[in-house]
Amino acid sequence: MAYALQQLINGITLGMIYGLIAVGYTMVYGIIGMINFAHGDVFMIGAFLSLIALTGLGMLGITYVPLALFLTLIFAAGIAALYGWTIERVAYRPLRGSFRLAPLISAIGMSIALQNFAQVAQGARDKNLPELIPGGFKIFEENGFVVQLSWMQIVITVVTVALLGLFTWLVTKTSLGRAMRACEQDMKMTSLLGIDVNRTIGLTFVIGAALAAVAGLLFLLYYGSINFYIGFNAGVKAFTAAVLGGVGSLPGAVIGGLAIGLIEAFWSGYASVEYKDVAAFSVLIVVLIFMPTGLLGRADVEKV
Amino acid sequence: MSVLLELQGVTAFYGAIQALKGIDLVVNEGEIVTLIGANGAGKSTLMMTICGTPAARDGRIIYDGTDIHAMPTHEIMRRRIAQSPEGRRIFARMSVYENLLMGAHGGDQVAAAQTMEQVFVMFPRLKERRDQRGGTLSGGEQQMLAIGRALMSRPRLLLLDEPSLGLAPLVSKAIFAAIKALNRTTGLTVLLVEQNAVQALKLAHRGYVLVNGAITMQGTGAELLARPEIRAAYLEGGH
Ligand SMILES: Nc1ncnc2c1ncn2[C@@H]1O[C@H](COP(=O)(O)OP(=O)(O)OP(=O)(O)O)[C@@H](O)[C@H]1O
Ligand SMILES: [Mg+2]
Repeated sequence: MAYALQQLINGITLGMIYGLIAVGYTMVYGIIGMINFAHGDVFMIGAFLSLIALTGLGMLGITYVPLALFLTLIFAAGIAALYGWTIERVAYRPLRGSFRLAPLISAIGMSIALQNFAQVAQGARDKNLPELIPGGFKIFEENGFVVQLSWMQIVITVVTVALLGLFTWLVTKTSLGRAMRACEQDMKMTSLLGIDVNRTIGLTFVIGAALAAVAGLLFLLYYGSINFYIGFNAGVKAFTAAVLGGVGSLPGAVIGGLAIGLIEAFWSGYASVEYKDVAAFSVLIVVLIFMPTGLLGRADVEKV
Repeated sequence: MSVLLELQGVTAFYGAIQALKGIDLVVNEGEIVTLIGANGAGKSTLMMTICGTPAARDGRIIYDGTDIHAMPTHEIMRRRIAQSPEGRRIFARMSVYENLLMGAHGGDQVAAAQTMEQVFVMFPRLKERRDQRGGTLSGGEQQMLAIGRALMSRPRLLLLDEPSLGLAPLVSKAIFAAIKALNRTTGLTVLLVEQNAVQALKLAHRGYVLVNGAITMQGTGAELLARPEIRAAYLEGGH
Protein backbone atom coordinates (compact mmCIF):
# COMPACT_ATOMS: atom_id res chain seq x y z
CA MET A 1 0.00 0.00 0.00
CA ALA A 2 2.67 2.46 1.03
CA TYR A 3 4.79 1.42 -1.91
CA ALA A 4 1.89 1.89 -4.31
CA LEU A 5 1.22 5.35 -2.93
CA GLN A 6 4.84 6.27 -3.46
CA GLN A 7 4.69 5.07 -7.05
CA LEU A 8 1.52 7.10 -7.51
CA ILE A 9 3.30 10.26 -6.35
CA ASN A 10 6.30 9.55 -8.54
CA GLY A 11 4.10 8.74 -11.51
CA ILE A 12 2.10 11.94 -11.21
CA THR A 13 5.27 14.00 -11.04
CA LEU A 14 6.68 12.33 -14.11
CA GLY A 15 3.32 12.61 -15.85
CA MET A 16 3.27 16.37 -15.29
CA ILE A 17 6.54 16.73 -17.16
CA TYR A 18 5.30 14.54 -20.02
CA GLY A 19 2.04 16.48 -20.11
CA LEU A 20 3.88 19.78 -20.43
CA ILE A 21 5.80 18.45 -23.42
CA ALA A 22 2.72 16.75 -24.89
CA VAL A 23 0.90 20.08 -25.06
CA GLY A 24 3.42 21.24 -27.67
CA TYR A 25 2.85 18.17 -29.85
CA THR A 26 -0.87 18.47 -29.58
CA MET A 27 -1.04 22.17 -30.40
CA VAL A 28 1.16 21.92 -33.44
CA TYR A 29 -0.65 18.83 -34.66
CA GLY A 30 -3.97 20.55 -34.08
CA ILE A 31 -3.03 23.51 -36.22
CA ILE A 32 -0.97 22.17 -39.08
CA GLY A 33 -1.62 18.44 -38.82
CA MET A 34 2.07 17.73 -38.46
CA ILE A 35 3.96 15.82 -35.83
CA ASN A 36 6.83 18.04 -34.82
CA PHE A 37 9.44 15.38 -34.12
CA ALA A 38 11.96 18.02 -33.13
CA HIS A 39 9.79 19.03 -30.17
CA GLY A 40 11.42 16.55 -27.79
CA ASP A 41 14.77 18.01 -28.72
CA VAL A 42 13.58 21.50 -27.91
CA PHE A 43 12.82 20.08 -24.48
CA MET A 44 16.40 18.80 -24.32
CA ILE A 45 17.74 22.20 -25.44
CA GLY A 46 15.58 23.76 -22.72
CA ALA A 47 17.20 21.51 -20.14
CA PHE A 48 20.69 22.53 -21.29
CA LEU A 49 19.73 26.20 -21.38
CA SER A 50 18.55 25.81 -17.79
CA LEU A 51 21.80 24.20 -16.78
CA ILE A 52 23.80 26.95 -18.44
CA ALA A 53 21.68 29.62 -16.79
CA LEU A 54 21.95 28.05 -13.35
CA THR A 55 25.70 27.68 -13.70
CA GLY A 56 26.01 31.25 -14.92
CA LEU A 57 23.88 32.63 -12.13
CA GLY A 58 25.94 30.64 -9.64
CA MET A 59 29.11 32.28 -10.96
CA LEU A 60 27.47 35.68 -10.68
CA GLY A 61 26.74 34.92 -7.07
CA ILE A 62 22.97 34.75 -7.42
CA THR A 63 22.39 31.76 -5.22
CA TYR A 64 19.03 32.55 -3.68
CA VAL A 65 17.24 29.52 -5.14
CA PRO A 66 13.77 30.94 -5.91
CA LEU A 67 15.29 33.94 -7.71
CA ALA A 68 17.81 31.82 -9.58
CA LEU A 69 15.09 29.41 -10.69
CA PHE A 70 12.80 32.20 -11.78
CA LEU A 71 15.52 33.85 -13.87
CA THR A 72 16.48 30.47 -15.30
CA LEU A 73 12.90 29.77 -16.25
CA ILE A 74 12.60 33.09 -18.09
CA PHE A 75 15.94 32.59 -19.82
CA ALA A 76 15.33 28.98 -20.90
CA ALA A 77 11.74 29.60 -22.01
CA GLY A 78 12.76 32.73 -23.90
CA ILE A 79 15.65 31.20 -25.80
CA ALA A 80 13.76 27.97 -26.48
CA ALA A 81 10.88 30.06 -27.84
CA LEU A 82 13.37 31.56 -30.27
CA TYR A 83 14.42 28.04 -31.25
CA GLY A 84 10.77 27.11 -31.77
CA TRP A 85 10.15 30.08 -34.00
CA THR A 86 13.32 29.49 -36.01
CA ILE A 87 12.61 25.80 -36.50
CA GLU A 88 9.17 26.55 -37.85
CA ARG A 89 10.49 29.33 -40.04
CA VAL A 90 13.38 27.47 -41.65
CA ALA A 91 12.31 23.84 -41.59
CA TYR A 92 8.50 23.76 -41.86
CA ARG A 93 7.10 26.94 -43.33
CA PRO A 94 8.87 26.60 -46.68
CA LEU A 95 7.35 23.13 -46.99
CA ARG A 96 3.80 24.11 -46.22
CA GLY A 97 1.59 23.13 -49.11
CA SER A 98 4.11 20.54 -50.22
CA PHE A 99 3.35 16.81 -49.98
CA ARG A 100 2.36 15.59 -46.55
CA LEU A 101 5.51 13.68 -45.67
CA ALA A 102 7.88 16.53 -46.48
CA PRO A 103 7.57 18.44 -43.20
CA LEU A 104 7.72 15.16 -41.29
CA ILE A 105 11.03 14.26 -42.88
CA SER A 106 12.23 17.79 -42.26
CA ALA A 107 11.20 17.44 -38.61
CA ILE A 108 13.22 14.25 -38.19
CA GLY A 109 16.19 16.00 -39.79
CA MET A 110 15.76 18.93 -37.44
CA SER A 111 15.62 16.55 -34.48
CA ILE A 112 18.91 14.91 -35.47
CA ALA A 113 20.49 18.31 -36.10
CA LEU A 114 19.52 19.57 -32.64
CA GLN A 115 20.84 16.41 -30.97
CA ASN A 116 24.13 16.65 -32.77
CA PHE A 117 24.38 20.33 -32.03
CA ALA A 118 23.91 19.67 -28.30
CA GLN A 119 26.36 16.79 -28.42
CA VAL A 120 29.03 18.91 -30.06
CA ALA A 121 28.39 21.98 -27.92
CA GLN A 122 27.88 20.24 -24.58
CA GLY A 123 29.64 16.93 -24.97
CA ALA A 124 28.20 13.46 -24.99
CA ARG A 125 28.58 12.72 -21.30
CA ASP A 126 25.91 13.25 -18.66
CA LYS A 127 25.93 16.69 -17.09
CA ASN A 128 24.99 16.90 -13.47
CA LEU A 129 23.40 19.45 -11.23
CA PRO A 130 23.42 19.29 -7.45
CA GLU A 131 20.03 19.12 -5.80
CA LEU A 132 18.64 22.65 -5.53
CA ILE A 133 15.32 21.92 -3.88
CA PRO A 134 16.07 19.34 -1.22
CA GLY A 135 13.82 17.83 1.41
CA GLY A 136 10.16 17.09 1.59
CA PHE A 137 7.43 15.59 3.70
CA LYS A 138 7.11 12.21 5.20
CA ILE A 139 3.49 11.38 4.40
CA PHE A 140 3.27 8.16 6.34
CA GLU A 141 5.19 5.08 7.21
CA GLU A 142 4.21 1.44 6.93
CA ASN A 143 6.37 -1.50 7.95
CA GLY A 144 9.42 0.69 7.79
CA PHE A 145 8.64 1.97 4.28
CA VAL A 146 8.40 5.75 4.25
CA VAL A 147 6.18 7.49 1.72
CA GLN A 148 7.85 10.72 0.68
CA LEU A 149 6.51 13.79 -1.03
CA SER A 150 9.46 15.93 -1.91
CA TRP A 151 9.45 19.70 -2.30
CA MET A 152 10.67 19.12 -5.81
CA GLN A 153 7.58 17.10 -6.64
CA ILE A 154 5.37 19.81 -5.22
CA VAL A 155 7.17 22.46 -7.26
CA ILE A 156 6.81 20.41 -10.43
CA THR A 157 3.11 19.90 -9.86
CA VAL A 158 2.40 23.51 -8.96
CA VAL A 159 4.38 24.94 -11.88
CA THR A 160 2.78 22.54 -14.35
CA VAL A 161 -0.76 23.09 -13.15
CA ALA A 162 -0.26 26.87 -13.17
CA LEU A 163 1.20 26.86 -16.69
CA LEU A 164 -1.50 24.59 -18.04
CA GLY A 165 -4.13 26.81 -16.47
CA LEU A 166 -2.57 29.89 -18.03
CA PHE A 167 -2.28 28.16 -21.33
CA THR A 168 -5.87 26.92 -21.30
CA TRP A 169 -7.01 30.47 -20.62
CA LEU A 170 -4.90 31.69 -23.52
CA VAL A 171 -6.38 29.19 -25.94
CA THR A 172 -10.01 29.45 -24.87
CA LYS A 173 -10.38 33.11 -23.97
CA THR A 174 -7.91 35.33 -25.79
CA SER A 175 -7.93 36.56 -29.33
CA LEU A 176 -4.63 34.81 -30.06
CA GLY A 177 -6.17 31.57 -28.83
CA ARG A 178 -9.20 32.06 -31.04
CA ALA A 179 -6.92 32.73 -33.99
CA MET A 180 -5.05 29.50 -33.24
CA ARG A 181 -8.27 27.50 -33.11
CA ALA A 182 -9.47 29.19 -36.28
CA CYS A 183 -6.27 28.26 -38.13
CA GLU A 184 -6.79 24.71 -36.95
CA GLN A 185 -10.24 24.62 -38.56
CA ASP A 186 -9.89 26.65 -41.75
CA MET A 187 -6.71 28.55 -42.58
CA LYS A 188 -8.06 30.16 -45.69
CA MET A 189 -11.09 31.55 -43.88
CA THR A 190 -8.86 32.71 -41.06
CA SER A 191 -6.75 34.74 -43.46
CA LEU A 192 -9.94 36.13 -45.01
CA LEU A 193 -10.66 37.62 -41.59
CA GLY A 194 -7.42 39.59 -41.64
CA ILE A 195 -5.41 37.20 -39.50
CA ASP A 196 -1.81 36.44 -40.39
CA VAL A 197 -1.86 32.65 -40.46
CA ASN A 198 1.92 32.27 -40.64
CA ARG A 199 2.38 34.46 -37.61
CA THR A 200 -0.24 32.50 -35.69
CA ILE A 201 1.46 29.21 -36.52
CA GLY A 202 4.83 30.69 -35.58
CA LEU A 203 3.44 31.77 -32.21
CA THR A 204 2.09 28.28 -31.64
CA PHE A 205 5.61 26.92 -32.03
CA VAL A 206 6.93 29.64 -29.76
CA ILE A 207 4.50 28.80 -26.98
CA GLY A 208 4.99 25.06 -27.36
CA ALA A 209 8.76 25.48 -27.22
CA ALA A 210 8.56 27.67 -24.12
CA LEU A 211 6.47 25.04 -22.32
CA ALA A 212 8.91 22.33 -23.39
CA ALA A 213 11.79 24.39 -22.00
CA VAL A 214 10.04 24.67 -18.65
CA ALA A 215 9.61 20.90 -18.75
CA GLY A 216 13.34 20.69 -19.47
CA LEU A 217 14.14 22.79 -16.42
CA LEU A 218 11.87 20.66 -14.22
CA PHE A 219 13.44 17.48 -15.59
CA LEU A 220 16.92 18.81 -14.87
CA LEU A 221 15.96 19.70 -11.31
CA TYR A 222 14.18 16.40 -10.71
CA TYR A 223 16.79 14.02 -12.09
CA GLY A 224 19.85 16.23 -11.66
CA SER A 225 21.39 14.78 -14.77
CA ILE A 226 20.88 15.41 -18.49
CA ASN A 227 22.47 14.53 -21.81
CA PHE A 228 21.88 15.29 -25.48
CA TYR A 229 19.70 12.21 -25.85
CA ILE A 230 16.99 12.88 -23.25
CA GLY A 231 14.85 14.63 -25.86
CA PHE A 232 14.29 11.47 -27.83
CA ASN A 233 13.07 9.39 -24.93
CA ALA A 234 10.95 12.05 -23.28
CA GLY A 235 9.75 13.19 -26.69
CA VAL A 236 8.43 9.79 -27.71
CA LYS A 237 6.71 9.40 -24.35
CA ALA A 238 5.13 12.82 -24.52
CA PHE A 239 4.08 12.02 -28.05
CA THR A 240 2.54 8.80 -26.77
CA ALA A 241 0.77 10.87 -24.13
CA ALA A 242 -0.60 13.18 -26.82
CA VAL A 243 -1.83 10.25 -28.90
CA LEU A 244 -3.32 8.53 -25.88
CA GLY A 245 -5.15 11.69 -24.84
CA GLY A 246 -6.26 12.34 -28.40
CA VAL A 247 -4.02 14.49 -30.60
CA GLY A 248 -5.41 17.98 -30.81
CA SER A 249 -6.95 17.91 -27.33
CA LEU A 250 -5.33 19.98 -24.59
CA PRO A 251 -6.88 18.25 -21.58
CA GLY A 252 -6.14 15.02 -23.44
CA ALA A 253 -2.43 15.86 -23.48
CA VAL A 254 -2.40 16.32 -19.72
CA ILE A 255 -4.42 13.20 -19.00
CA GLY A 256 -2.29 11.23 -21.46
CA GLY A 257 0.86 12.57 -19.77
CA LEU A 258 -0.38 11.50 -16.35
CA ALA A 259 -1.35 8.08 -17.69
CA ILE A 260 2.09 7.50 -19.22
CA GLY A 261 3.80 8.76 -16.06
CA LEU A 262 1.76 6.38 -13.93
CA ILE A 263 2.26 3.40 -16.22
CA GLU A 264 5.98 4.02 -16.20
CA ALA A 265 6.15 4.45 -12.41
CA PHE A 266 4.11 1.36 -11.62
CA TRP A 267 5.85 -0.72 -14.23
CA SER A 268 9.24 0.25 -12.80
CA GLY A 269 7.95 -0.36 -9.30
CA TYR A 270 6.36 -3.76 -9.82
CA ALA A 271 7.74 -5.25 -13.01
CA SER A 272 11.11 -4.14 -14.22
CA VAL A 273 12.92 -0.85 -14.43
CA GLU A 274 14.84 -1.97 -17.49
CA TYR A 275 11.65 -2.41 -19.47
CA LYS A 276 9.85 0.75 -18.40
CA ASP A 277 10.30 2.35 -21.81
CA VAL A 278 8.96 -0.76 -23.47
CA ALA A 279 5.83 -0.47 -21.36
CA ALA A 280 5.27 3.13 -22.42
CA PHE A 281 5.87 2.39 -26.08
CA SER A 282 3.61 -0.66 -26.01
CA VAL A 283 0.88 1.69 -24.92
CA LEU A 284 1.52 3.80 -28.00
CA ILE A 285 1.16 0.78 -30.28
CA VAL A 286 -1.97 -0.49 -28.55
CA VAL A 287 -3.59 2.94 -28.63
CA LEU A 288 -2.73 3.48 -32.27
CA ILE A 289 -4.28 0.15 -33.18
CA PHE A 290 -7.40 0.13 -31.05
CA MET A 291 -8.12 3.78 -30.25
CA PRO A 292 -6.56 5.94 -32.95
CA THR A 293 -8.49 9.03 -31.83
CA GLY A 294 -7.34 8.62 -28.24
CA LEU A 295 -9.28 9.16 -25.03
CA LEU A 296 -10.52 12.67 -25.74
CA GLY A 297 -10.02 12.74 -29.49
CA ARG A 298 -12.79 14.64 -31.12
CA ALA A 299 -15.60 12.90 -32.85
CA ASP A 300 -16.27 15.18 -35.77
CA VAL A 301 -19.98 15.75 -36.04
CA GLU A 302 -20.41 18.83 -38.11
CA LYS A 303 -22.12 20.04 -41.23
CA VAL A 304 -19.98 20.64 -44.24
CA MET B 1 -18.90 58.89 -57.33
CA SER B 2 -15.39 57.76 -56.59
CA VAL B 3 -14.02 54.41 -57.62
CA LEU B 4 -13.47 52.11 -54.65
CA LEU B 5 -12.35 48.98 -56.46
CA GLU B 6 -11.02 48.58 -59.96
CA LEU B 7 -9.80 45.41 -61.65
CA GLN B 8 -7.67 45.82 -64.76
CA GLY B 9 -6.90 42.78 -66.89
CA VAL B 10 -6.93 40.39 -63.94
CA THR B 11 -6.12 36.75 -64.58
CA ALA B 12 -6.09 33.86 -62.12
CA PHE B 13 -5.03 30.25 -62.36
CA TYR B 14 -5.53 26.99 -60.48
CA GLY B 15 -2.35 25.20 -61.45
CA ALA B 16 -2.49 25.13 -65.23
CA ILE B 17 -6.22 25.90 -65.44
CA GLN B 18 -7.01 29.51 -66.17
CA ALA B 19 -10.12 30.56 -64.25
CA LEU B 20 -10.08 34.32 -64.95
CA LYS B 21 -9.12 35.62 -68.38
CA GLY B 22 -8.47 39.32 -68.11
CA ILE B 23 -11.21 40.83 -65.97
CA ASP B 24 -11.94 44.55 -66.10
CA LEU B 25 -14.42 45.66 -63.48
CA VAL B 26 -15.23 48.76 -61.48
CA VAL B 27 -17.09 49.14 -58.21
CA ASN B 28 -17.84 52.69 -57.10
CA GLU B 29 -18.06 53.77 -53.52
CA GLY B 30 -21.59 53.26 -52.22
CA GLU B 31 -22.67 50.95 -55.04
CA ILE B 32 -24.17 47.50 -55.04
CA VAL B 33 -22.68 45.61 -57.97
CA THR B 34 -23.68 42.10 -58.87
CA LEU B 35 -21.85 39.42 -60.77
CA ILE B 36 -23.92 36.82 -62.55
CA GLY B 37 -22.87 33.80 -64.53
CA ALA B 38 -23.35 30.07 -64.92
CA ASN B 39 -21.84 27.46 -62.63
CA GLY B 40 -18.11 27.34 -63.09
CA ALA B 41 -17.94 30.74 -64.79
CA GLY B 42 -15.41 32.00 -62.25
CA LYS B 43 -17.56 34.16 -59.97
CA SER B 44 -16.23 32.74 -56.71
CA THR B 45 -12.71 32.80 -58.09
CA LEU B 46 -13.09 36.49 -58.86
CA MET B 47 -14.27 37.18 -55.30
CA MET B 48 -11.35 35.23 -53.89
CA THR B 49 -8.80 36.79 -56.23
CA ILE B 50 -9.80 40.23 -54.98
CA CYS B 51 -8.79 38.87 -51.56
CA GLY B 52 -5.52 37.49 -52.86
CA THR B 53 -6.29 33.76 -52.68
CA PRO B 54 -5.58 32.71 -55.38
CA ALA B 55 -3.57 35.83 -56.12
CA ALA B 56 -4.01 37.49 -59.50
CA ARG B 57 -1.27 36.47 -61.89
CA ASP B 58 -1.50 39.44 -64.25
CA GLY B 59 -3.26 42.75 -64.11
CA ARG B 60 -3.92 45.12 -61.28
CA ILE B 61 -6.47 45.32 -58.49
CA ILE B 62 -6.73 48.86 -57.25
CA TYR B 63 -8.58 49.38 -54.01
CA ASP B 64 -8.90 52.83 -52.56
CA GLY B 65 -6.01 54.02 -54.70
CA THR B 66 -3.59 51.19 -53.86
CA ASP B 67 -2.68 48.18 -55.96
CA ILE B 68 -3.42 45.26 -53.67
CA HIS B 69 -3.07 42.36 -56.09
CA ALA B 70 0.29 41.15 -54.77
CA MET B 71 -0.46 41.60 -51.07
CA PRO B 72 -1.00 38.67 -48.74
CA THR B 73 -4.66 37.97 -47.98
CA HIS B 74 -4.63 39.13 -44.38
CA GLU B 75 -3.20 42.51 -45.36
CA ILE B 76 -5.84 42.99 -48.02
CA MET B 77 -8.61 42.13 -45.57
CA ARG B 78 -7.27 44.55 -42.99
CA ARG B 79 -8.09 47.37 -45.39
CA ARG B 80 -11.71 46.95 -44.42
CA ILE B 81 -12.66 44.44 -47.07
CA ALA B 82 -14.79 41.56 -45.82
CA GLN B 83 -16.03 38.45 -47.55
CA SER B 84 -18.85 36.07 -46.78
CA PRO B 85 -17.47 33.27 -48.92
CA GLU B 86 -19.07 30.51 -50.93
CA GLY B 87 -19.82 27.54 -48.69
CA ARG B 88 -20.07 29.83 -45.64
CA ARG B 89 -16.89 28.48 -44.00
CA ILE B 90 -18.19 28.81 -40.47
CA PHE B 91 -15.81 27.69 -37.72
CA ALA B 92 -17.66 24.53 -36.76
CA ARG B 93 -16.04 24.06 -33.36
CA MET B 94 -16.60 27.62 -32.22
CA SER B 95 -19.74 29.14 -30.81
CA VAL B 96 -21.81 31.67 -32.72
CA TYR B 97 -20.42 34.32 -30.41
CA GLU B 98 -16.82 33.31 -31.10
CA ASN B 99 -17.43 33.13 -34.83
CA LEU B 100 -18.67 36.69 -34.72
CA LEU B 101 -15.70 37.80 -32.62
CA MET B 102 -13.42 36.30 -35.25
CA GLY B 103 -14.91 38.77 -37.70
CA ALA B 104 -13.80 41.65 -35.49
CA HIS B 105 -10.31 40.29 -34.92
CA GLY B 106 -7.75 42.93 -34.02
CA GLY B 107 -10.36 45.64 -33.58
CA ASP B 108 -11.31 47.18 -30.27
CA GLN B 109 -13.67 45.29 -28.02
CA VAL B 110 -16.22 48.01 -27.32
CA ALA B 111 -16.80 48.61 -31.02
CA ALA B 112 -17.06 44.84 -31.54
CA ALA B 113 -19.73 44.56 -28.85
CA GLN B 114 -21.72 47.35 -30.49
CA THR B 115 -21.44 45.87 -33.95
CA MET B 116 -22.48 42.51 -32.58
CA GLU B 117 -25.64 44.05 -31.17
CA GLN B 118 -26.41 45.42 -34.64
CA VAL B 119 -25.82 42.02 -36.17
CA PHE B 120 -28.17 40.51 -33.58
CA VAL B 121 -30.83 43.06 -34.49
CA MET B 122 -30.45 42.07 -38.13
CA PHE B 123 -30.45 38.33 -37.36
CA PRO B 124 -32.29 37.74 -34.07
CA ARG B 125 -31.89 34.02 -34.72
CA LEU B 126 -28.16 34.35 -34.08
CA LYS B 127 -28.77 35.97 -30.73
CA GLU B 128 -30.93 33.04 -29.64
CA ARG B 129 -28.16 30.67 -30.67
CA ARG B 130 -25.31 32.74 -29.31
CA ASP B 131 -23.60 29.87 -27.47
CA GLN B 132 -24.39 27.09 -29.90
CA ARG B 133 -21.52 25.60 -31.89
CA GLY B 134 -21.30 26.86 -35.46
CA GLY B 135 -21.19 23.33 -36.85
CA THR B 136 -24.58 22.44 -35.39
CA LEU B 137 -26.45 25.43 -36.88
CA SER B 138 -28.84 24.84 -39.76
CA GLY B 139 -27.63 25.81 -43.22
CA GLY B 140 -29.64 29.01 -43.19
CA GLU B 141 -28.42 29.97 -39.74
CA GLN B 142 -24.85 29.35 -40.88
CA GLN B 143 -25.43 31.67 -43.81
CA MET B 144 -26.67 34.38 -41.45
CA LEU B 145 -23.62 33.81 -39.31
CA ALA B 146 -21.28 34.08 -42.29
CA ILE B 147 -22.81 37.41 -43.26
CA GLY B 148 -22.85 38.61 -39.66
CA ARG B 149 -19.20 37.65 -39.24
CA ALA B 150 -18.29 39.60 -42.37
CA LEU B 151 -20.12 42.65 -41.03
CA MET B 152 -18.29 42.48 -37.71
CA SER B 153 -15.22 44.18 -39.15
CA ARG B 154 -17.37 47.17 -40.23
CA PRO B 155 -16.20 46.79 -43.80
CA ARG B 156 -16.13 49.43 -46.48
CA LEU B 157 -16.36 46.81 -49.20
CA LEU B 158 -18.44 43.70 -48.58
CA LEU B 159 -18.07 40.70 -50.87
CA LEU B 160 -21.05 38.36 -50.70
CA ASP B 161 -20.83 35.02 -52.50
CA GLU B 162 -24.30 33.51 -52.83
CA PRO B 163 -25.71 34.83 -49.56
CA SER B 164 -29.17 33.38 -50.22
CA LEU B 165 -27.97 29.85 -50.96
CA GLY B 166 -30.05 27.35 -49.04
CA LEU B 167 -32.29 29.94 -47.45
CA ALA B 168 -36.06 29.89 -47.39
CA PRO B 169 -37.48 32.58 -49.73
CA LEU B 170 -38.64 34.67 -46.81
CA VAL B 171 -35.25 34.62 -45.12
CA SER B 172 -33.46 35.33 -48.36
CA LYS B 173 -35.77 38.31 -48.91
CA ALA B 174 -34.94 39.57 -45.45
CA ILE B 175 -31.23 39.27 -46.16
CA PHE B 176 -31.53 41.22 -49.37
CA ALA B 177 -33.54 43.87 -47.56
CA ALA B 178 -30.86 44.06 -44.89
CA ILE B 179 -28.11 44.48 -47.49
CA LYS B 180 -30.08 47.24 -49.17
CA ALA B 181 -30.67 48.98 -45.85
CA LEU B 182 -26.99 48.81 -44.94
CA ASN B 183 -26.07 50.20 -48.32
CA ARG B 184 -28.55 53.07 -47.97
CA THR B 185 -27.84 54.02 -44.39
CA THR B 186 -24.12 53.44 -44.09
CA GLY B 187 -23.02 53.70 -47.70
CA LEU B 188 -21.60 50.18 -47.57
CA THR B 189 -20.26 49.11 -50.95
CA VAL B 190 -21.27 45.60 -51.97
CA LEU B 191 -20.09 43.16 -54.61
CA LEU B 192 -22.65 40.41 -54.81
CA VAL B 193 -22.60 36.99 -56.48
CA GLU B 194 -26.02 35.43 -56.68
CA GLN B 195 -27.69 32.43 -58.28
CA ASN B 196 -30.99 34.20 -58.11
CA ALA B 197 -30.21 36.67 -60.88
CA VAL B 198 -33.59 38.43 -60.89
CA GLN B 199 -33.40 39.28 -57.23
CA ALA B 200 -29.76 40.34 -57.57
CA LEU B 201 -30.28 42.53 -60.60
CA LYS B 202 -33.26 44.21 -59.00
CA LEU B 203 -31.22 44.99 -55.92
CA ALA B 204 -28.01 46.07 -57.64
CA HIS B 205 -27.15 49.38 -59.18
CA ARG B 206 -25.06 47.66 -61.84
CA GLY B 207 -24.18 44.19 -62.92
CA TYR B 208 -21.59 42.20 -64.85
CA VAL B 209 -22.10 38.91 -66.67
CA LEU B 210 -19.25 36.45 -66.44
CA VAL B 211 -18.90 33.64 -68.97
CA ASN B 212 -15.99 31.21 -68.82
CA GLY B 213 -13.73 33.53 -66.91
CA ALA B 214 -14.40 36.63 -69.01
CA ILE B 215 -16.88 39.47 -68.75
CA THR B 216 -19.28 39.50 -71.68
CA MET B 217 -21.82 42.11 -70.67
CA GLN B 218 -22.33 44.90 -68.23
CA GLY B 219 -24.91 47.54 -67.46
CA THR B 220 -27.33 48.78 -64.87
CA GLY B 221 -29.53 46.23 -63.16
CA ALA B 222 -32.53 47.31 -65.17
CA GLU B 223 -30.64 47.20 -68.48
CA LEU B 224 -29.40 43.70 -67.88
CA LEU B 225 -32.80 42.52 -66.74
CA ALA B 226 -34.23 43.74 -70.04
CA ARG B 227 -31.68 41.97 -72.27
CA PRO B 228 -33.29 38.96 -73.95
CA GLU B 229 -30.06 36.91 -73.92
CA ILE B 230 -29.80 37.36 -70.15
CA ARG B 231 -33.39 36.40 -69.66
CA ALA B 232 -32.82 33.27 -71.71
CA ALA B 233 -29.57 32.24 -70.03
CA TYR B 234 -30.00 33.16 -66.38
CA LEU B 235 -33.56 34.10 -65.65
CA GLU B 236 -35.90 31.66 -67.31
CA GLY B 237 -33.86 28.71 -68.52
CA GLY B 238 -31.40 28.80 -65.66
CA HIS B 239 -33.76 27.93 -62.86
N1 LIG C 1 -9.47 25.01 -55.98
C1 LIG C 1 -9.64 24.80 -57.30
N2 LIG C 1 -8.78 24.01 -57.98
C2 LIG C 1 -8.94 23.80 -59.31
N3 LIG C 1 -9.91 24.33 -60.04
C3 LIG C 1 -10.80 25.12 -59.42
C4 LIG C 1 -10.71 25.40 -58.02
N4 LIG C 1 -11.73 26.20 -57.67
C5 LIG C 1 -12.41 26.43 -58.81
N5 LIG C 1 -11.87 25.78 -59.86
C6 LIG C 1 -12.33 25.82 -61.25
O1 LIG C 1 -12.37 27.17 -61.67
C7 LIG C 1 -13.53 27.42 -62.43
C8 LIG C 1 -14.33 28.56 -61.82
O2 LIG C 1 -14.83 28.14 -60.55
P1 LIG C 1 -15.66 29.08 -59.60
O3 LIG C 1 -15.81 28.40 -58.32
O4 LIG C 1 -15.02 30.42 -59.59
O5 LIG C 1 -17.05 29.17 -60.38
P2 LIG C 1 -18.40 29.89 -59.96
O6 LIG C 1 -18.72 30.84 -61.05
O7 LIG C 1 -18.30 30.44 -58.61
O8 LIG C 1 -19.41 28.67 -60.00
P3 LIG C 1 -20.68 28.33 -59.07
O9 LIG C 1 -21.83 29.12 -59.59
O10 LIG C 1 -20.90 26.89 -59.28
O11 LIG C 1 -20.33 28.68 -57.67
C9 LIG C 1 -14.30 26.11 -62.47
O12 LIG C 1 -14.04 25.50 -63.71
C10 LIG C 1 -13.74 25.31 -61.35
O13 LIG C 1 -13.76 23.94 -61.64
MG1 LIG D 1 -19.21 30.03 -56.83
